[in-house]
Amino acid sequence: MDALIACHECDLIHRVKPLPKKGVANCTRCGSVLYRHKPNSLERTLALSLAGLVLFGLANWFPFLALKMGSQVHHTNLITGIQVLYDQGMQALAVLVLITTVLAPLAQLLGMLYVLLPLKRDRVPPKFAPVFRLVLGLETWSMMEVFMLGILVSVVKLAKMAQIVPGIAIFSFFALIVVLAAATVSLDPHEIWHRWEKLR
Amino acid sequence: MKSIPFTARNASQISCHSCHLLCRINFSKIGKSLVCPRCGATLHQRKPNSLKRTWALVLAAAIFYIPANLLPVTIVTSLGKDQADTIMSGVIYFIGSGMWPIALVIFVASIMVPMLKLIILIVLLITVQRKSAWRPKDRTRLYRITEAVGRWSMVDIYVVTILVALVNLGNLATIKAGPGAGFFAAVVVITIFAAMSFDPRLIWDAKETLDE
Repeated sequence: MDALIACHECDLIHRVKPLPKKGVANCTRCGSVLYRHKPNSLERTLALSLAGLVLFGLANWFPFLALKMGSQVHHTNLITGIQVLYDQGMQALAVLVLITTVLAPLAQLLGMLYVLLPLKRDRVPPKFAPVFRLVLGLETWSMMEVFMLGILVSVVKLAKMAQIVPGIAIFSFFALIVVLAAATVSLDPHEIWHRWEKLR
Repeated sequence: MKSIPFTARNASQISCHSCHLLCRINFSKIGKSLVCPRCGATLHQRKPNSLKRTWALVLAAAIFYIPANLLPVTIVTSLGKDQADTIMSGVIYFIGSGMWPIALVIFVASIMVPMLKLIILIVLLITVQRKSAWRPKDRTRLYRITEAVGRWSMVDIYVVTILVALVNLGNLATIKAGPGAGFFAAVVVITIFAAMSFDPRLIWDAKETLDE
């Protein structure tokens, strides 16, 4: 750990002290979180990212939701809505949804694996710093948990007019949200930067 | 509080926004762009042009907020009849059919959150510009909340995405995304950028200049 840290919300400098298990250090002036104790951060994040990658594959490969109306059954994949939006002339919107629900989470998972897998074996991958900075920055644009709320709202909305049949992908997707959130929470950037600094 | 607070700026240090390393300012290199010696990110004592950028983005979002709410977000075509829905008419439909929890989710995420975000950012901008020392801790907390809840406004965009995918049954029933959806997505993205470009440390800087 670094000896000193400045609060990123009010700039006040604090001395870094070891925390008790799962402890949190807050800024003494504005109350924002300075750092947390995260046990086995690297191992946990690595394991969760690997699980996340498998779930990501399942969520995007298998049928997601199907709509049953009379004798008609209409199957969709996770990506179908994006294609339809694109075909309807809403290209920018389609790209935004693609980035926030597919590309950003995927890049987050791949980036974490790229950075953490070699680090676990005390090696440093090329371009470590820019890749890790990107991984940290992607968090804002990875919005799977919001998409999940969108699924719930749509299903309720359509429940009166048709029957909605959940596919395998939707269960993988729910699991992926939990796993990705856990991976993001268990990641301790301070520890990762520090490990890398020692190996460099 | 009369003593000068021990901030990174007062100690001639810059905290790296990416890896949080405290970097001593090398005064011989001032004028050139400073780079974090650890992670290579560009160093800024405060986010560059924070107030101007945030104002520009807030105003842009406020303008887009109007068509986002007036134009239809979905157009349902069923057996040759078209029905256009705005965000608000969707909320009213849910209330009318007794699904008020869903109505509440949509109302909060799509109407209240973007508006509150804009109001809070404007209040923060004005108080910082007037060098106000009013409740800095609470204002920082407001900023933190603004930054955290913004993403949830995307829920309506995702509902549209799922609806257009599922209800695509040719003449029987088809749902199309309306122009309002594009404007609404723009509001959400622009307000996220606005919150990112605002620097909460400015709240405390104003207080310090008053204390000195």
